[in-house]
Amino acid sequence: MMWQRIFALAIKEFQALLRDPKARFVVIGPPIIQLVVFSFAATFDLNHIPLAIYNQDGGQAAQSLVARFTGSQHFEIAARLTHEDEIKNVIDQREALMVLHIGPRFEQDLDSGKPTTVQLIIDGRNSNTAAIALGYASSIVADFNAQWQQTHHLAAPPSVIVSRAWFNPNLISRWFIVPGVVGILMLVVVMVVTALSVAREREQGTFDQLLVTPLRPVEILIGKATPGFVIGMIEGGVTIFLAVHLFGVPFEGHIGTLFVGLGLFLMSAIGVGLMISALATTLQQAVLGVFLFLVHAIILSGFATPIANMPPIVQDLTLINPMRYLMIILRGVFLEGSSFDSLIDEFWPLAIIGLVTLAFAGWLFRHRMN
Amino acid sequence: MNTKARNTTAQNTPDTALARGGAGRRLFGLIRKETLQILRDPSSIAIAFLMPVVLLLIFGYGVSLNAKHIPIALVADAPDSQTAALFGAFDQSTYFSPKTAPNLPTAERWMLNRTVDAIVHLPSDFSAKLSNTANQAPVQIIVNGVDANQARLTQAYIQAAWQGWLSARATAAGHSADQPVQVASRIWFNPELRSRDYLVPGLIAVIMTLIGALLTALVMAREWERGTLEALMVTPVHLNELLLGKLIPYFVLGMGGMALSVSMAIWLFNVPFLGSPWILILTSAIFLLTALGMGLFISIVAKNQFVASLIAIITTFLPAFMLSGFIFDIGSMPGWLQNLTYIVSARYFIVILHTLFLAGDVNGVIWPNTLAMLAIAAFFLGASRRKIRKSLE
Repeated sequence: MMWQRIFALAIKEFQALLRDPKARFVVIGPPIIQLVVFSFAATFDLNHIPLAIYNQDGGQAAQSLVARFTGSQHFEIAARLTHEDEIKNVIDQREALMVLHIGPRFEQDLDSGKPTTVQLIIDGRNSNTAAIALGYASSIVADFNAQWQQTHHLAAPPSVIVSRAWFNPNLISRWFIVPGVVGILMLVVVMVVTALSVAREREQGTFDQLLVTPLRPVEILIGKATPGFVIGMIEGGVTIFLAVHLFGVPFEGHIGTLFVGLGLFLMSAIGVGLMISALATTLQQAVLGVFLFLVHAIILSGFATPIANMPPIVQDLTLINPMRYLMIILRGVFLEGSSFDSLIDEFWPLAIIGLVTLAFAGWLFRHRMN
Repeated sequence: MNTKARNTTAQNTPDTALARGGAGRRLFGLIRKETLQILRDPSSIAIAFLMPVVLLLIFGYGVSLNAKHIPIALVADAPDSQTAALFGAFDQSTYFSPKTAPNLPTAERWMLNRTVDAIVHLPSDFSAKLSNTANQAPVQIIVNGVDANQARLTQAYIQAAWQGWLSARATAAGHSADQPVQVASRIWFNPELRSRDYLVPGLIAVIMTLIGALLTALVMAREWERGTLEALMVTPVHLNELLLGKLIPYFVLGMGGMALSVSMAIWLFNVPFLGSPWILILTSAIFLLTALGMGLFISIVAKNQFVASLIAIITTFLPAFMLSGFIFDIGSMPGWLQNLTYIVSARYFIVILHTLFLAGDVNGVIWPNTLAMLAIAAFFLGASRRKIRKSLE
C-alpha cells in the first residue's frame, strides 16, 4: 500500500517535471551538449601560444634554437621584432604571450664555450598560463643544450632524469578533466530537479494539496527523491559512455564499483537538494540556495584546482562536500582502476552525508507540515 | 503588487505632451515598485551582496594553483652519502614534504594509496655511475599522472631540485655546471606568479555574470508565471518603460555588488590595481548590461521560473567559468569552440580586468573588448525588446 502510494507520487513527479517541453529539453539536452563543449574546453595543455622572436644574432645556432620553438606544437610565431622597444608593445597589447630574445653575442659565446643567456619575457597577467609556457620553453632549451653538448662533444651532466607517469603516461589533462565534468553535470541536474521541485509546488500552492492526501512525510520524501535519482543515474550512464567512446578516456575499473559510488553520491546530493527545497519559501530563494551550494561544491571538489593546495581549514571544510568524494571515485575508477575495497574510504562519508541530509530534509518536511 | 505602479500613472493620457510628462513618473513608479519587491524578498539583495563576498573569500583564500608541500617518496636502493646529498635538496625545498621509503614496493604502495604524489628512485648503481664519468647516473621519477597539470608541475619542481644538486656538486668540485644556453625569464605584471592576482579579478567577472543574469532571469519569469505582466500591460505603461523599470533597480544592485567585489580584491587580497577607476566603472557598467540583458532575454523566452533558472545556470555560470579564459586558456581550445567563446561576454571582461588590475590602461586591449561587450549588450536588450512584443501578440 505504502509503495503503491510512493510509486504513484513518483510517477506524478516525473509527469510534472517532463510535461513542459521546455523543461524536458533543459533537463535532458544541455548535460550532453555541455559534456562535449566543456571537455574540449577544459585542458591545461597549451597549444599555439603566441610567441614573438627578437633575434639579434642571425647565426645558425640561433636559427636552430628558433626552429625548435616554431617546430613545437605549443608555440606559434606571432611577430618578429627588430627593435627592443617593440617588446613592451607586443606584450602590453597581448599580441604575444612570450618574447624570446636572443642577444647579438649568442653564437660567439656558444662557440667559445662560454655559457650564454637567452631572455624570455612573459606576460604574467594569467600566472598559470605563464608558468606553463615557461615550462615548455625551458624544456625546449634543455633539448637544445643536450643536442649541442652531444654534437660538440662536451661533457654531459653526470646524472640524468628518467621520468614516468602512472595512470596517464602522456599526461593528457583531458583524461583528468572529463570524469570531473561527468560529476559536475550530474550534480547540476540532480540539484535542479530536486531542490526546485518542492519550492515550485509551494509557490504554486500545490504542496498544500499534497499534504492533505494520506501520504506520510517519509513517503513524500521518497516520492520527491525518485525522479532526481532516476534522471541522475541515466545521465550519469550516458555521460560515462560518451567520456569513454567519444573522448577516449580509459576505463580501467569496474562499472559496478562506479555505480555504487554514483548511487551514494546521488543520495547525498538529493538530500542536500531536498533540504534547500524545504528551507526555501519561494522559488527564487531555492535558486539562490542551489547556486550557493553548486558553486562551492564545484570549487571545493578538486575539479580544477587541487584540494592539497588549499589552506588546512578549507581542506577540512571539503570533507563535508559530497563532490570531493565523487571526484576521487570517478578518477579512481576511470584512470587508476581502483577496486571497491580501495574506495571504501570515499563510500562511507558519502553514505553518512546522504543519511544525515535526507533525515534532516524529512524532519524539515514534517516540521513544515505541522 | 502593481497597484503602486498604477497609482502613479495617469489613467487617461490623450495628449502626447501629458504622456511625455507621465513617462518619467510612470518609469519612476515602476522602479519604485520593483525596488519594494526587491526589499520584500531579501534573496535578491543576498544574490547581489552575499554571493560575491562568500565566493571571493572562498576563492581568494581557498583556491591556489601554486603547489606547496607536495608529498613525495624518496627511495635509494643503496643509500650512501651520495644519495643522501641528492635527497637533501628535496628536504630543503618548500615545494615538497618528502618521506623516505625503505624500498620501491613500499613507495609504490604509498602512491596507490594516494599518500604520495611522486616517487624519486635511485637505483643501486646510482653512486657507482655518478663517480664514473663514462656514464650518467639515472634518477628515476614516477609521478601520479591522474592530475596531468599537477603531475607536470611536480616533474618540473623535482627537476629543479635535481638541477640545484647538480650545480652545487659541480661548484664543490671546482668547475662550472653551466649549460651552454641558460634561460633568464622575466615575468611582467606578476613577477612572483601569485595565482591569486589573476584568480581574483577573473572571479569578479564570473560572479558578476552570475549575479546579473540571475537577478533578472527570475524576475520576468515570475511575472509571467503569476500573470502580473498581463495586468501591467493593460495599464498605459509603455514596453520600453517596463523594461527600463525592471533593469534600473537591478543595475544599481549589480553595480553595488561590483563595487564590493573590487574593494575586496584591492584591500583584502592586495591585488594591485594599476588602471584608472573611471575606465573600470565604465567597462563594469557595460559588462553588467550584457549580463542583465542575457537574464532578461532568458526570462522572456522561458516564461517560467523553473526553466529560466535552469537556463541561467547552464548558459551563464558554467560558460563564464569554463569558456572565458578564466581558468582554461582559450587559445588552446579547438577552433569551433574558440568561435563559440566570442559570445561569452565574460571573456572580454576578464581580459579588461586582468589588464586594468595588473598592467594599467592599455588602450589597445580595453577598447576593442569594450566594443565587443557593447555589441552583446545591444543584442540581448534589443532581442528582449522584440521578443516581448511578439510574445504579447
